[in-house]
Amino acid sequence: MTDTTGAGGTPPGDDRPDPSARRALRRRRARSVAGTFISLALTLLGLLLVTFIIGRVMPIDPVLKVVGDRATQAQYDAAYQAMGLDQPLIVQFLRYIGDVLTGDFGRSISTGQPVAQDIARVFPATVELAVLGTLVGVLIGVPLGVMAAAQRGGIFDQVARVVALVGYSMPIFWLGLMGLLIFYGNLGWVGGPGRQGIIYDGMVPSVTGLILVDSLLAGDWAAFRDAFSHIVLPASLLGYYSLAYISRMTRSFMLEQLSAEYIITARVKGLSESAVIWRHAFRNISIPLVTVIALSFGSLLEGSVLTEIIFSWPGLGSYITRALLSGDMNAVLGGTVVIGVCFVVLNLLSDILYRILDPRSK
Amino acid sequence: MGIFDMTFHLTTRAAMLATALAIAPAAFAETPADTLVVAHTIDDIISLDPAQSFEFSGNDVNNNTYDRLVDFDPLNPDAGFQPALAESWEVSEDGLSITFTMRDGVTFHSGNPVRAEDAAWSLQRAVKLDKTPAFILTQFGFTPDNVEEKITADGNKLTLTLDKPYAPSFVLNSLTGNVASIVDKETVLANEQDGDLGNAWLSTNEAGSGAYELAAWRPNEVVQLTAYEDYWQGAPEMKRVIVRNVAESSAQRLLLEQGDIDVARNLTPTDVEAISAAEGVKIQEEPRGRILYMGLNQKDELLSNPAVIEAMKYLVNYEGMEQSFLKGQFITHQSFLPRGYLGALDEQPWTYDVEKARQILQDAGIEGGTITTRVRDLREYIDVAQTLQASMAEVGLNLEIEQMTGAQVLDAYRAREVPIFLGEWGPDYSDPNTNAATFAYNPDNSDEANAVGLLAWRNAYAVPEEMNEATVAATLEQDTDARAEMYREIQRQYQAEAPIVPLFQRVEQVGLQDDVQNWWSGGAVTSVIYRQVTKGE
Amino acid sequence: MSAVSRREWLLSDAPQTRRQARLGAIYQGWLTFRGNKLAMLGLIILVLLIAMAIFAPLLAPQSPYAQNLADRLQPPSSAHWLGTDALGRDILSRLIHGSRITLFIVGTVALIAPVIGLFIGTVAGFAGGWVDQVLMRITDIFLAFPKLILALAFVAALGPSIGNAVLALALTAWPPYARLARAETLTIRNADFIAAARLQGAGRLRLLIRHIWPLCVSSLIVRVALDMAGIILSAAGLGFLGLGAQPPLPEWGAMISDGRTYILDYWWVAAMPGIAIFTVSMAFNLLGDGLRDVLDPKGDKS
Repeated sequence: MTDTTGAGGTPPGDDRPDPSARRALRRRRARSVAGTFISLALTLLGLLLVTFIIGRVMPIDPVLKVVGDRATQAQYDAAYQAMGLDQPLIVQFLRYIGDVLTGDFGRSISTGQPVAQDIARVFPATVELAVLGTLVGVLIGVPLGVMAAAQRGGIFDQVARVVALVGYSMPIFWLGLMGLLIFYGNLGWVGGPGRQGIIYDGMVPSVTGLILVDSLLAGDWAAFRDAFSHIVLPASLLGYYSLAYISRMTRSFMLEQLSAEYIITARVKGLSESAVIWRHAFRNISIPLVTVIALSFGSLLEGSVLTEIIFSWPGLGSYITRALLSGDMNAVLGGTVVIGVCFVVLNLLSDILYRILDPRSK
Repeated sequence: MGIFDMTFHLTTRAAMLATALAIAPAAFAETPADTLVVAHTIDDIISLDPAQSFEFSGNDVNNNTYDRLVDFDPLNPDAGFQPALAESWEVSEDGLSITFTMRDGVTFHSGNPVRAEDAAWSLQRAVKLDKTPAFILTQFGFTPDNVEEKITADGNKLTLTLDKPYAPSFVLNSLTGNVASIVDKETVLANEQDGDLGNAWLSTNEAGSGAYELAAWRPNEVVQLTAYEDYWQGAPEMKRVIVRNVAESSAQRLLLEQGDIDVARNLTPTDVEAISAAEGVKIQEEPRGRILYMGLNQKDELLSNPAVIEAMKYLVNYEGMEQSFLKGQFITHQSFLPRGYLGALDEQPWTYDVEKARQILQDAGIEGGTITTRVRDLREYIDVAQTLQASMAEVGLNLEIEQMTGAQVLDAYRAREVPIFLGEWGPDYSDPNTNAATFAYNPDNSDEANAVGLLAWRNAYAVPEEMNEATVAATLEQDTDARAEMYREIQRQYQAEAPIVPLFQRVEQVGLQDDVQNWWSGGAVTSVIYRQVTKGE
Repeated sequence: MSAVSRREWLLSDAPQTRRQARLGAIYQGWLTFRGNKLAMLGLIILVLLIAMAIFAPLLAPQSPYAQNLADRLQPPSSAHWLGTDALGRDILSRLIHGSRITLFIVGTVALIAPVIGLFIGTVAGFAGGWVDQVLMRITDIFLAFPKLILALAFVAALGPSIGNAVLALALTAWPPYARLARAETLTIRNADFIAAARLQGAGRLRLLIRHIWPLCVSSLIVRVALDMAGIILSAAGLGFLGLGAQPPLPEWGAMISDGRTYILDYWWVAAMPGIAIFTVSMAFNLLGDGLRDVLDPKGDKS
C-alpha cells in the first residue's frame, strides 16, 4: 500500500474498492500464516537491500558529516575506515544484516547515538500521533460513511463527498501551516509546535514514551492537558485525511451490502431501518472495515513526514527524512526496518482479526 | 494584517477558554522565574566531546559546561580573553614557552579539584584524539607523539612549549576555543572504553567545571542544563536552561509572543520586524563572526578571467539585499576578518553597479556565458543566489542554480566542484589567523595537495607567494598593534585581486522577553554564555 | 450529414460498422460524463489550466522571474492581483507559468508509472510461476516502502531537479498499477478468445501486446485519473522540501515553501499557490470520479 497522508492525500493503493482489491483480500485470508511470515521476511530483506543501495549511491558523504568541514584528509581517511566504508559493498551489507539480526542497528552519525536508542525515542511520538489520528478518522468517518450510504444523495452523503474530495485535494503541509497559524498563532486555542510546552519537558518520567499515557500514569494533569493541547491539531489534521478515506470506504461497503438481497428480505419482513442498517448491513462490513482501518493506520505511521516537519514533531518521519538528507544511512535503514515491521504486524493483525470476525473462515 | 493580529485576542481569549473549550492549553503564563527557555536550531550537534565537537550548537553547550584556561567575560566582551582556570601566565623571553598558574579552589562537577594535571591532560587528549578541531592546538607544533613533552604540568603550573615564537595573543586566543576546554581527567578515564580517552562517553556526557551541568541532551529535540551551585564565579541566577530545537522562525516567533519561551535565536527579518513592534518582547542585535562570501572557482574558465572576477564584485546588490531579505541579519562587509576581530578592515570598495560591470566585461571582450552552480537550500543563500542570478542576467551571464543540502554542497565544494560558492564561513577561534589562514593562505594549489580545509584551495585560488608569507609572518609578530596593521594590509591586497569575495557579516537578532537581561550570544569571537543572564527588571 | 442525424447515427441501436459502434460507445460515454456536473467542472478547470499553460507568456502580466526588491511582499492590489513574493516577483505571473511545471510533472508521471506497472503486472500475470513470484515480490517491496521517503531517497540519490523528481514519483507510483494489471490479466488469461487466438498460432508476446494490454488499459486509465491529484500533491511535497523544481522555477510546492517563512504577516505568499494546488487537484479528482462512471461502470459509483 502507499501513503494517504504523506503526500497530502494520495489515496492508498487499495483505497477505492476495485475488484482486484477485494480479490486480494480474499486471497490473503486464504494464505497460511507461515507463508505470510516467509514472504514478509523476504519483503523486509528486499526493503533493506534497496535502501542500502540507495544509501550507497547517494552523493552525500556520511564521513564528512562526522568529521565536519575543517577536517584534514588524514582525519577524513581515519573516519572513513572506522565506518567500514572501505569494505566492498556486499561485505558491508552482509555485515549490516548480521548486526541487525543480533539487534544492533549501528550508530547514527547525525545524533552520535545508537540508532535503536534514537528510534525508541522518536517512534512513540509517531505512534501517538497516528493512533489519535486514526481514532478521529474512525469515530467520525465510520458513522459518516454509514449515514451517507443509508441516505444516498442526502445531506450526509453530500458532506461525506465534500469531506473526501477536499481531503484528497488539499496539500497537507499547507493545511498544517494554516492550521498552526490560525489555531495557535491567532486564536491561541491549541499548543504550539512540538510535543509539549517547553517547561514541561522532562517533567514526566518516560515509561511508554507516549506522553499522554505517561502523564496519566504519573497523575500529572497539567502535563496531560499540555500534551493534549499540542497533539490535538496535528492529530486532527492527520485524522481528517484518515476520515476522508475511511468514510469513503465505509460508504461504498455499505452501499454494496444495502443492495444485497438479504437486506431487501429484512426490509420486507418489516425490520426498522436502523436495525437493517446497523444490525445487518454494518455487521457484515465490519470485516473489510478492519482491514481498511489497519491500512489507514499504517499509512499514518509512514505518512506523517510532512506533518511532523510542520509541527516540529520529533517523530520517526522527520527522523528518517533528516537522516536521509545527511547521508546517515544507519538511521535511515533502521527507520525503514521499523516501518517494514509495522506492516508485517499490521498485516498479520488484520489477517487474524479476519479469522476471528469472519464466521465463514472457521 | 487584521486577521493575524495577535493583540485582539488577548481580551477575548479568557472568555473563550472559560466557556467553550475543554482543550484549553495549559500554559499561557510566563516561564518560571529561575528558568531560561531558549528556542534555537540545534540539530547540528553530533557530539558533545569538546575535543570533537565543532558545530555551533555543540559549542554553545560546551561553552557553558566547561571552563578553559582563558575565557571571555560576557559582561565585558571587548576586553578580550581574561584569566579563567589559569590565574595568570608568563611568556618566556625567547617567546617559545608560556607558563600558566592554575587558580586554586576550583572544582569539577564531580567534586574533584581542577589541577594543572587535568589541564595538561585535556590539551594532550585533544591532540591525541586528532578530531577535526585538533588543528587549533596542533598549529603550535604539538603532535600526538610529542605532546606529552610539549605540554607539561608541575604542581600548579602548566607549561606549553611552542615550535616558533608565536604572538602571545595568537596562542591565548586559540586557547579560548572549545577544543581547549578542561575536562575532569579522573572522571573521564573512569569511563574510558577501548582506549578511546573517554571519547564515546563524553560525546553524550559532560565532565567540566563550567557554570552549568548537562542534565539532558535528546538529539534534534532539547538540551537541558542545570546550574552548578559551587561554580567558582558564583552560582548562576538561572537555575535551569532549556534549549529546544525549533527549526522554523515563524514557530519561534509564535512561541515567543505566546510567552512559551524567553529567547528566540533564529528569527527571519520579517519576524524580527513584527516582534520589534509587539509589546513585551524586544530584539537584541549582535554582530557575529560569520562571513557570507562568494567564492569564484578558478577552475572555471570564465570565472578565472580577471575581468569577470572584477565585474562580479559589482554585480552583487549589497544594499538592496541588506535592506530587504537580509535586513538586520547581515551587514555589508567586504573583507575577510569580521568586525570585532583584531585587524578587522571596514573599507568597502565595491557597490552595486551593473553598468560598470558591463563596461568591464565589454572592455575585456567577454560576450556572456553560462555557469551552473550549487547552493545550499537555506532561505538566505537561495535568495542571495537568485538576486545574483538576476543581475548577472543583465550583463549576459546566465547563472543556473541547483539547490542541495548542506552536506551535498560541502562535498562538492571540498572536491573543488562548486563554480560559484555562496555561503558562510565561521571563524574557528578568536584570533585573526583563523580566517587569514584559510582565505589568504594556500601554499600548494595543485589537486594533489588536497588541502580540503582551505577556502583558497577549494576555490582553486593560487594565493600569491608574498601573501602566503605575510599571513605566516603575522602570526609571529609580537607587537599587537603592528600585527593588526599587517592583517589590514593583507585584506587590502585581497580585495584588489582575490576571486573570493566577502559580502556580508552575520548579525544575530535575538528575540527576548522584556524581562531577560544580559543576554550574550557570544559576539564575533565565541559562543553563547548563560551564567550572567537574569530575569526581572 | 446534419448534426441531428450524426447524433442518431452515433446512438444507433444497430451499428453498421465496427467504427460506428466504437464511436457510438464513446459518444454514449461522453453523454454520461456530460450529465455529471461536477466532473464537467473538473474538466473545464483542467482545460483552462492547459490553456493557461499554453498561453502563459501571453497571460502573465509580468515575467515570473522579474525581481523588484523595493516592491517585495506587497499585498494583492490592482498592480499585482495576487501580491508579490519575497523577491518582489508577481505571484500571479509565477502561478501562471507554474501551471506548465505542474502539467509537465503530472503528464510525465502519468505516462511513465502506468506503463511500468502495465508491463510488470501483465508479464507477471501472464507468465505465472516463478516470474510472477519474483515480480510480485519486487512490487511488494516497493509497496512496503514509505512512499514519500522512497521518493526523497531517490531524489537525494539522483540530485534534486524537476526531472529527477518526476522520475522518483514515477518509480514510487507504479506498484499499484502492476497489481491492478496483474489482477486483470489473471481474469483475462483463461478467457475463450485468448485460447482462440492461441490456437490461431499467436505467440506469447503477440498475445500480451495485442490482446491483453488493450483490455487492461481502461481500468488503468481510471486509476491514473484518480491518482493525478495524488501525484500533484506528492510533487508539491517534494518541492516543499526543496527536492523538486529548483529556483527560480515557479513550482507551486516550492512557492509554498518560500512563503512559509512569511506566513505570519504575508499570508498570500503561501496561500495563493496552496489554493492553486487545491483547485487543480480537486479538478483531477472530479474528473477521475466522472471517468470512472463512464469507463468502469462495474466499479464503485460514488
